[in-house]
Amino acid sequence: MSEGIRFREALGDAMAEEMRRDPDVFVIGEDVAVFQGSFKVTEGLLEEFGERRVVDSPISENSLVGLGVGAAMSGLRPVVELMTVNFALLALDQIVNHAAAIPYMFNGQVKVPLVIRMPGGGGHQLGPTHSHSFEALFLQIPGLLVACPSTPADAKGMLKAAIRDDNPVIFIEHESLYGMRGEVPESEEVVNFGRAAIRREGSDVTIVGILKMAHVAEEAARILAEDHGIEAEVIDPRTLRPLDLDTILDSVRKTNRAVIVEEGWPHGGVGANLSTLITEQAFDHMDAPIQRVTGADVPMPYSKRLEQAAIPHAGSVVEAALATMEGAR
Amino acid sequence: MAEGTQIPDRETCLDLLGRMMLIRRFEEEAGRQYQRAKAGGFLHLAIGEEATIVGTAAAMRPGDYLVGTYRTHGHAIARGTPPSKVMAEIFGRVDGTSGGRGGSMHVFDAGNRFMGGYGIVGGNIPIAAGFAFATRYRGGDEVTVCMFGDGAVNSGNFGETMNMAALWDLPIVFLVENNFYGMGTALERHSAEVQLARRAEGYGIEGESVDGMDVLAVEECVSRHIEAVRAGGEPTLVEASTYRYRGHSAADPEVYREKSEVEAWREKDPIDGFVRICLEDGVLTEEDVEALRQEAEREVLTAVEFADASPEPPLDSLYDDLYVLGDNTGWYAIDERSPEPHRGESPDGATDLSRRLAEEGANREVDRDEHARTGIKR
Repeated sequence: MSEGIRFREALGDAMAEEMRRDPDVFVIGEDVAVFQGSFKVTEGLLEEFGERRVVDSPISENSLVGLGVGAAMSGLRPVVELMTVNFALLALDQIVNHAAAIPYMFNGQVKVPLVIRMPGGGGHQLGPTHSHSFEALFLQIPGLLVACPSTPADAKGMLKAAIRDDNPVIFIEHESLYGMRGEVPESEEVVNFGRAAIRREGSDVTIVGILKMAHVAEEAARILAEDHGIEAEVIDPRTLRPLDLDTILDSVRKTNRAVIVEEGWPHGGVGANLSTLITEQAFDHMDAPIQRVTGADVPMPYSKRLEQAAIPHAGSVVEAALATMEGAR
Repeated sequence: MAEGTQIPDRETCLDLLGRMMLIRRFEEEAGRQYQRAKAGGFLHLAIGEEATIVGTAAAMRPGDYLVGTYRTHGHAIARGTPPSKVMAEIFGRVDGTSGGRGGSMHVFDAGNRFMGGYGIVGGNIPIAAGFAFATRYRGGDEVTVCMFGDGAVNSGNFGETMNMAALWDLPIVFLVENNFYGMGTALERHSAEVQLARRAEGYGIEGESVDGMDVLAVEECVSRHIEAVRAGGEPTLVEASTYRYRGHSAADPEVYREKSEVEAWREKDPIDGFVRICLEDGVLTEEDVEALRQEAEREVLTAVEFADASPEPPLDSLYDDLYVLGDNTGWYAIDERSPEPHRGESPDGATDLSRRLAEEGANREVDRDEHARTGIKR
């Protein structure tokens, strides 16, 4: 696509608009100010809002998030940027033991309106410490919201919703999507959580994909239609917590088949979870076992060939969809 | 007592001594109630550390933020939280400071600016810096005091946050309650530098040691640091040397220290010492001390009665305050456990079956032998 604005610009616009709207919103992270963000998402923010509201942090992930937790408990609305999802592992104590638990364990006396943005995903030969997909890890934590936008419009609208939300939000961005262009509404449109997007309608098989895999799912759907005469319905849940399970259930009750695509690992993954929910609630509607397409069960390798082999692609989704159709045609 | 320390006026002495005696009596009673199985989990008592707690709280203004650790009943009480609310929290009851959600380690009272009990060693430090950051962001004049034990100085949070606070001149006083043990590991066995105030040097800020058994010395020292920070100074580190007479938690066999060491510290008891100088000075009388003792006794027994009478949290509150519900978060985001098909729109939450199963679970007798078998240390 060449129309519209880039994904990274959409995110930057969301932050800038929310900062203009609410003086309590500030941005903090490693190299977000002078360097303008390691992926240039915070470009221009320092110039417009100054050092008080756009803060370069030392490389101290756990304390950086912890500071955000404390500031949020004091009523500010911090947007913390972590340089990659892998670095979020250094902050898991603050994310899980504190941000997620505090509103509950202190009985609602304080809120933690904190957004933690983190880019992740593979495809850039960054090897096993900079390329992972931890949606499933965060999805498991009660108290967190987990957002996974796949288009520039959603990136902007969902980040605005995240900043306005009173809960701690894990906001996962896929590095491969930063350069993607797309139409973004001019208005200050907020995309609320818990509403899946049906990217393509179809009646034969439901394909659920998140982040970059939402696009892979759409590509697979095109191939299925063109080469196999199969009409796939593609659903992007957009947020994993809250999860719009109803839209997915409505779809599988119609198609009776489901494929779930994610870049993360298979064990205990997004697909494993979703597949269980579908089985629990729509078992009688299923005509075939649910298929999962996931990243390979290895730390992400550096070698281009190995890395590409480890990341799901449209071909693997097509095969999974065909497997659900076996005997049906 | 430090030489040349001025004995404050009668009212101040009554206040300091009263708060220390209340906390001492509260902790003793909490330990007793724990032995009677009125409380579960862990129980960390601060008996012996009252001067550090009360001296610090006395140096603070009502709007200042105090952040504590998991040994934190006294900090809340010193800040003004009613002992009955703290005891009810220890008992896991609905009238506790956290409605029974947090327990002994997670007392919290926003109204009195006691910003929490935290169960993770060092986990409280960056959060405290966040309060200070917010104060600076808004141009306020509140100071945050972050207390933590000697064990926490070895956590990454300590180094990370000290650096950030010094770098950004955050209005915060770090106060290490050095009781010479990180759980069962002695200071010289866990820290390469045993003069913990010197840790400040690496961050280019001031560090000062104070006798944490001397309530007047603590109050004087911490006041000076707080007011310097309030006046726009850089953050500081105060090391208060103190001691807990009881074990790390209620069932600590204390194999790591000699009884004689505990006895030596008891000689420096913060309450006995303060009573002595107040009597010597004549600012207080024996009758005053006895009246405070009786008042503490009364307040603590009332707290136990209150906690005992407070109901357990209702089961349908299980999911309360997990999320702030709003445009992004409805009920369906909270509980997908129901085995029954549902649309997720029910405002009532759980289905009848879920409700019944929760009730059955809650009514199980806790098998104390099971704790013994699994070796859970309490």
